[in-house]
Amino acid sequence: MNIDNKIESRKPPVATTGFIGWLRINLFSNWFNTIVTLLVAYFLYQIIPWFLDWAIFSADFIYNYKGERIIDRSFCSRVANPEEYHAACWSIIIVRFYQFIYGFYPVEQVWRVNVTYFLLAIALIPLLVEQLPYRKHLIKFTIIFPIIAFILLYGGFGFEIVPTNKWGGLLVTLVLGVFGIALAFPLGIILALGRRSKLPVISMVCTLFIEFIRGVPLITLLFFGMVMLPLFLPEGINMDGLVRVLVAVTLFQAAYMAEVIRGGLQAIPQGQYEAAQSVGLSYWQMNRKIILPQAIRITIPSIVNTSIGLFKDTTLVIIIGLLDLLGIGRGALADATWMGLSNEVYVFVALVFFIFTFGMSRYSLYLENKLKTGINMGAD
Amino acid sequence: MSQESIISLKNVNKWFGDFQVLQDVNLEVKKKERIVVCGPSGSGKSTMIRCINRLEEHQEGTIVVDGIELTGNLKNIDSVRREVGMVFQQFNLFPHLSVKENITLAPIWVKKMPKAEAEELAMKQLEIVKIPEQANKYPGQLSGGQQQRVAIARSLAMNPNIMLFDEPTSALDPEMIKEVLDVMVDLAEGGMTMIVVTHEMGFAKTVANRMVFMDEGRIVEEAPPDKFFNNPESDRTKLFLSQILNH
Ligand SMILES: Nc1ncnc2c1ncn2[C@@H]1O[C@H](COP(=O)(O)OP(=O)(O)OP(=O)(O)O)[C@@H](O)[C@H]1O
Ligand SMILES: [Mg+2]
Repeated sequence: MNIDNKIESRKPPVATTGFIGWLRINLFSNWFNTIVTLLVAYFLYQIIPWFLDWAIFSADFIYNYKGERIIDRSFCSRVANPEEYHAACWSIIIVRFYQFIYGFYPVEQVWRVNVTYFLLAIALIPLLVEQLPYRKHLIKFTIIFPIIAFILLYGGFGFEIVPTNKWGGLLVTLVLGVFGIALAFPLGIILALGRRSKLPVISMVCTLFIEFIRGVPLITLLFFGMVMLPLFLPEGINMDGLVRVLVAVTLFQAAYMAEVIRGGLQAIPQGQYEAAQSVGLSYWQMNRKIILPQAIRITIPSIVNTSIGLFKDTTLVIIIGLLDLLGIGRGALADATWMGLSNEVYVFVALVFFIFTFGMSRYSLYLENKLKTGINMGAD
Repeated sequence: MSQESIISLKNVNKWFGDFQVLQDVNLEVKKKERIVVCGPSGSGKSTMIRCINRLEEHQEGTIVVDGIELTGNLKNIDSVRREVGMVFQQFNLFPHLSVKENITLAPIWVKKMPKAEAEELAMKQLEIVKIPEQANKYPGQLSGGQQQRVAIARSLAMNPNIMLFDEPTSALDPEMIKEVLDVMVDLAEGGMTMIVVTHEMGFAKTVANRMVFMDEGRIVEEAPPDKFFNNPESDRTKLFLSQILNH
């Protein structure tokens, strides 16, 4: 009857929108939640200012509290005057920064490392941004990047050879992490397909390989690479130490990736295979164009997760004498001029690892959200 | 019977484990013939037509498609699959590819057709199935009827001589069944050789040259639609027809 007299839609009774609403829903929804929130808040209140003070506001960087330039541990405020000063002394990092980033790479050649770092960033772009003009061409660059990186870092083709025992620090960490992941990815795909192969020999070999590698700790594989791999090579051929470690790391990672990708393959409905076969695609065309793009898309978050694990596990190479980021740190601590500054070194190393792994984990979250919301992204 | 068969199944037997799913199946299909296959669930209809493009392997007997015998020979299998298109109950479109890419994929990769030509072909096929405006969408954005029509277009793009349909409308809501059947009727009128597994008896009556009734892995009755519907010989056919026509 009374059309004009529409019922006004009422406001929600308590704020469930805006910042206050967010707080109410997420942090103070019931008494238990509220107590936890307050405890955490108190804890953060205690920790954060203390840490910031230790790490930044009261810390030594280049000069100590007397204004002297810090050239060894005795100049650090907290060593010179331990009664009054407790904060970090970052000079150990600053003085040895070159080593942390490049190891013992010759200074006059170090531009090659910088160029490689820069190209790495470029190679990552098409993986991070899906909607990109010329993405297909950039992906090609990403695929050949490892070869370019190898030539730049190691030498040859007119570049002076820099033997890998001169490499160290972040360089070694990234080489092992990036090469290990990049090489393990195609190998993992092959192993996953192989394990599902209808040919029993292939499937058995792949299964045995995967299960063997997964049943052995990485450190065992590293020793295997160092000690046993040379025994398998023909006499006179001497395999580079870093390459041997890289082989071990790659095999290790490939086995894990294979299992992750196999999970993705299992999630692809049988109908996809049948449709692909019925239009005449060959086995490899079917996998390359239909099955793998879908399987990899749904497993990228897990692939990134295992990659994060590998990236951190590369620190184990310290045991067989390679100086990765952590190795350089420990080397610095063993040096009498800087002894005792382990807090600074470990915090720094942890921070660098955190930056990389946090980046990777955000990337996997971003992909996960995209997979959840997006209908389907354009295919390659 | 002057014309040669384009599809010929002779004494085909197949087992899944100990279970015999096809028993002495004999079927001859001539060029431009339209065969409709029906029968109760589990009678082996899907298995039979899937043997024709080797999605399933038969164990005894011979299957010859367009002069090519299906054996373990991979080359023969590839050749047969180029001759035979197949449409599935669940559409089985490639969800990560756009409609257009779904259609151009096989022409580009199997026939090595240049991309531009393949895209032109895709648009032509989409006109035939009456949804050219959907070319750039993804399968997930289409209705079931539209998806099935894309699936038909995808098969047609390979220019097959034979089309197999395995219950193409069973997964569709009633209002979409007609749009798919219409496309299939057009195809039949265009002279395509078709084997259609379906329970759409209206479609069967208008389109089929011959009805094939299967039960328990055997072809029980084979007859022109007139005779099949009005005067079937086997009791099992009568029972089946009474069940599906009276519900
Ligand atoms: N891969 C398989 N492994 C084992 N048994 C199977 C397999 N595929 C089908 N079968 C069995 O073979 C029989 C025939 O199956 P088929 O799919 O050919 O029947 P259908 O006539 O198409 O039935 P529907 O009308 O339900 O589709 C069924 O009993 C089914 O359970
Ligand atoms: Mg069936």
